[in-house]
Amino acid sequence: MTAERVMRRGDDSAVLRLSEAEASEIGNDPDTMADDERVLLNMGPQHPSTHGVLRLMLEMEGETVVRSKPVVGYLHTGMEKQAEQLSYLQGCTNVTRMDYASPLFTELAFSLATEQLLGLEIPERATWIRMLMCELNRMSSHLLFMATNGMDLGAVSMMIYGWREREEVLRFFEKVTGLRMNHNYIRPGGVAADLPDGWEDEVVRLLDLIPPRLDEYDILLTGQPIWRERLQGVGVMNADEAIALSATGPVLRSTGYPADLRRDQPYLAYDQVEFDVIVGSYGDCYDRYAIRLNEIRESMRIVRQIIDKMPSGDYRVQDKKVTPPPRIRIDQSMEALIHHFKIFTEGYKVPAGETYACVESPRGELGVYLVSDGTSHPYRMHVRGPSFINLQTMPHLMKDGLIADGVAIISSVDPIMGEVDR
Amino acid sequence: MVADDDTSTADDEAEGDATTAEHDAPATRYGGIIDPIGTDVVLHTDVATYSDLAAAAKADGFVQLVDLTAVDYLTYAAPRGLPAGVVAERFEVVTQLRNPDSGERIRIRVQVPADAPAVATLFDLWPGSENLEREVYDMFGIDFVDHPDMSRILMPDDWVGHPLRKDYAVGEIPVQFKAASNIR
Repeated sequence: MTAERVMRRGDDSAVLRLSEAEASEIGNDPDTMADDERVLLNMGPQHPSTHGVLRLMLEMEGETVVRSKPVVGYLHTGMEKQAEQLSYLQGCTNVTRMDYASPLFTELAFSLATEQLLGLEIPERATWIRMLMCELNRMSSHLLFMATNGMDLGAVSMMIYGWREREEVLRFFEKVTGLRMNHNYIRPGGVAADLPDGWEDEVVRLLDLIPPRLDEYDILLTGQPIWRERLQGVGVMNADEAIALSATGPVLRSTGYPADLRRDQPYLAYDQVEFDVIVGSYGDCYDRYAIRLNEIRESMRIVRQIIDKMPSGDYRVQDKKVTPPPRIRIDQSMEALIHHFKIFTEGYKVPAGETYACVESPRGELGVYLVSDGTSHPYRMHVRGPSFINLQTMPHLMKDGLIADGVAIISSVDPIMGEVDR
Repeated sequence: MVADDDTSTADDEAEGDATTAEHDAPATRYGGIIDPIGTDVVLHTDVATYSDLAAAAKADGFVQLVDLTAVDYLTYAAPRGLPAGVVAERFEVVTQLRNPDSGERIRIRVQVPADAPAVATLFDLWPGSENLEREVYDMFGIDFVDHPDMSRILMPDDWVGHPLRKDYAVGEIPVQFKAASNIR
């Protein structure tokens, strides 16, 4: 195995390194077209299979993709710049909007980084609540993948089924956080609110409801010849290439390389639960589909253990400088009112320094690099978005494949454009 | 592979070449000065030695480039807290590497001067740095020498300025719409 293929610079590389201006010049000059059968084709940003606003510049030879270039930035709203204007408490409302399919993971990474700078130890129950919510979020995110992957490949009824199951998970999120997405639930110091009464029953209901539906997916897709024909052997990459391209998550695991931060570098309380890291063996689109399907099952296994092990106690740290006092205390205590006022007007100061915290999001390693200069606003916040980096594998996966397979490849990399563009 | 040795790495670094004899000389690893304060392993270096350091780290097993970004320290209010021997510059390029076999991570902080913001590209070591370096170029205006496609990635090609620089104002620049003639 070698990664030589992905390190090429010249015309034999899979990446089309062509600017907008150069691309538009090609069509204007009739002489350059004559000696070449190749055609430049634009795909997106408003194509139903491009997961939002991904745009691809494809160099085609007939129906074969020779080189390609993902063109991104259509959703760029300067969230890293904006983070410098917001306090640490407000920071979560910003980062949660990046990966809108799994918002809790970005909140978690940001909170972990802030807590590392603060030197804050969070209560056990808060840790386990975070784990519960993140695993449920992993399920909802992968269910969304099932839906869009099915739709992209023509299994349109799959879209309805995937959304239907995801909806059940979102309904639980709404009960806990008040919102279906962009929760701002995991915050530095713990979580925003304790789990509601009877949450166990709700979660158990989910865990009973989803496995039979996953078995339906197996019947509908996994063993189905058309589905296999469409995915197996499409978009193949080996482990060396995936690592060279910094790919993480299901894209890396599909090559047979077992990398999962929950196991390699346990954060929260992942060292206290049992689960398997799902890996593929061929590194093709089918493996990436099967990994996500089985990760839903592993997440459910983790959630069952969390229900059994959920400790009692506080859901956030009782540090008056970091978390606001309970509403009832504000009526009774002048100090509580002052703390409340201080936290929500100027925020809390975070010691100067820099840190990096990372979690395993449904798309791979999601990291937050945080630099503080001792004020209540981050001096610099950088998010290592797994979608942004996994996107680099796309030209290599598409090389010498058919354009129809390109759609399957975009879908199987599962980029969330909000996180790519930030 | 088990990632249990994150804390033990601080001890291994004493073997850095040539400086072990003297106590007051800073400890080094792959030629970068180790930051003794941080809990993570942080290596400080400058533009000249950056690519050698990166190559040495890769040869030693850090085959995965995790992240590459930059920080503009123009308006940093606190003391920089850099170890002795590191000359503070306006920009810092921050590269995170991981050894997938041991799970160990290192962070390389490169001081990049404001008057000539350019460092060597890591593309030939880790092709995964391509988009990350383009993003840093786009947001900070730091040039990566010998990069295969040094162009903007998130902002439009004809954008003026580098938004994540600290002297780039917030909200005071009108949106640059591309010229569109009124077709009605």
